[in-house]
Amino acid sequence: MSAILNDETKKVLTAPLVNDNPITLQVLGICSALAVTSQMSTSLIMALALTLVTAFSSAAISAIRNHIPSSIRIIVQMTIIASLVIVVDQLLKAFAYDVSKQLSVFVGLIITNCIVMGRAEGYAMKNPPLESFMDGIGNGLGYSLILIIVAFFRETLGSGKLLGIEVFKLTKDGGWYDPNGLMLLPPSAFFIIGLIIWSVRQWKPAQAEKVEFKIMSIAHGEGGHH
Amino acid sequence: MPNNKKSCKQMEKLCTTLNNNAYYQKFDAYKNKVLALGNDSLEKTIAIAVALCLVCAVLVSFAAVALKPLQIDNKAADMKKNILDVAGLLEEGADINSAFAEKIEAKIVDLETGDYVENIDVAEFDQRKAAKDPAQSVAIPKDKDIAHIRVKAKYAKVFLVKEGDVTKSIILPMHGYGLWSTLYGFLSLDPDGQTVQSINFYDQAETPGLGGEVVNPNWRALWKGKKVYAETDQPSSEKGLITEADIGEPALSLIKGVVDKTKPGSQYQVDGLAGATLTSTGVTNLVRYWMSDEGFAPYLKKVRTVKQVKS
Repeated sequence: MSAILNDETKKVLTAPLVNDNPITLQVLGICSALAVTSQMSTSLIMALALTLVTAFSSAAISAIRNHIPSSIRIIVQMTIIASLVIVVDQLLKAFAYDVSKQLSVFVGLIITNCIVMGRAEGYAMKNPPLESFMDGIGNGLGYSLILIIVAFFRETLGSGKLLGIEVFKLTKDGGWYDPNGLMLLPPSAFFIIGLIIWSVRQWKPAQAEKVEFKIMSIAHGEGGHH
Repeated sequence: MPNNKKSCKQMEKLCTTLNNNAYYQKFDAYKNKVLALGNDSLEKTIAIAVALCLVCAVLVSFAAVALKPLQIDNKAADMKKNILDVAGLLEEGADINSAFAEKIEAKIVDLETGDYVENIDVAEFDQRKAAKDPAQSVAIPKDKDIAHIRVKAKYAKVFLVKEGDVTKSIILPMHGYGLWSTLYGFLSLDPDGQTVQSINFYDQAETPGLGGEVVNPNWRALWKGKKVYAETDQPSSEKGLITEADIGEPALSLIKGVVDKTKPGSQYQVDGLAGATLTSTGVTNLVRYWMSDEGFAPYLKKVRTVKQVKS
């Protein structure tokens, strides 16, 4: 690997997986992470779509970065991202119709996904195309990793299946597992993502944010009604 | 490779012609001038915006136009899959197009008279498009519009499952408003036009997990064997046969909670969707609307076989 990739590319490719993960550290892209993770298959397609869009939009934006007028730079970025998202949406409708029906509006919403915009504005505007492309792939993979973990728990616990294949036999089919209906609803992803963020920050305490202000304890405070 | 060489030469020729073209030279000179401008100059801002829009527009339209045929095929296959599903004929792995062509016959019905319409191409007719076309649709009077759809197509596309000459199921399209969305679906009936075989909603955007449960196979299974129209308990015919006179208004509805099968009238009741009262009401209304005189009642009167003995 090291022969092909220089240190910078390697860094932008691997850092977003854990150390600089867009979901767990930057807390971006939560909306779609809640919406599409009730099944592994939709999560995988969504992850792939977002990774490709982030990579190619970053590369395209980076390629013309020296000529983007600063007054319209966000619009230029949005135009490129939106065009790529439409192309991805059209491709899904042509080659993966069932999945595109399930993902419905969420493919279109990649346009507003903070990860794509964040990488364009934060990295691609200042770095060469190849590195920006790799940065897009890296952040896409970081997003994918979390989506896959969340989908793994939600699909197995919520419907006793994984990728549509039975893992736990459900009670209604004469098995032993009574599925947890909450796992099929978007709020369950909040719990799982919360638990992931908590475990990552326990493992790497450097990621924990500093406390911005201390909650006053009653003993030291001015005293309340008690 | 002679072929390659030839195309290389052609490319070269093309390039030279292009380079010698006066307009291209002007364009090239202008491009260099703009690129050399400061990024924040007005001229460059406008030029970049226009160029970017052109490139993106070409990309997007190319994708949309090139992939259109595939997308249309997908949509048609998906519709066929839904119809096979509601007919109970969907088999894993079987070819949808051939199964559909083999087992299912599409017909156009005039909703007002209930007769088949022969002079319209069945394959071309799209009921959803027709409903939007003022020439092919009629407004629904407000007091009758229980499904909240405002207009309906004059003609509807129904599907028949046949074995030889015998009709096995009548599949009727229905749609109506739920809580957030218009639900589109099919109801499959026995040849008596009264007993439900299956129901299937293929296009809806109700709350996932609540109203969205209209697609749940367990809930859909509850519909099997339910009766659409109110039947009298005392058939007027002497032999205890149900006749046309004994079939009343649409009575099928979703109720709150679970149907008590021991109570009279339970054959007209289906469990409501838990936590989705408005979607359940919407489903009741759309089924009743499409089964009423506004919908398929005139058609069903003509095709149903009313011969069963009251037990």
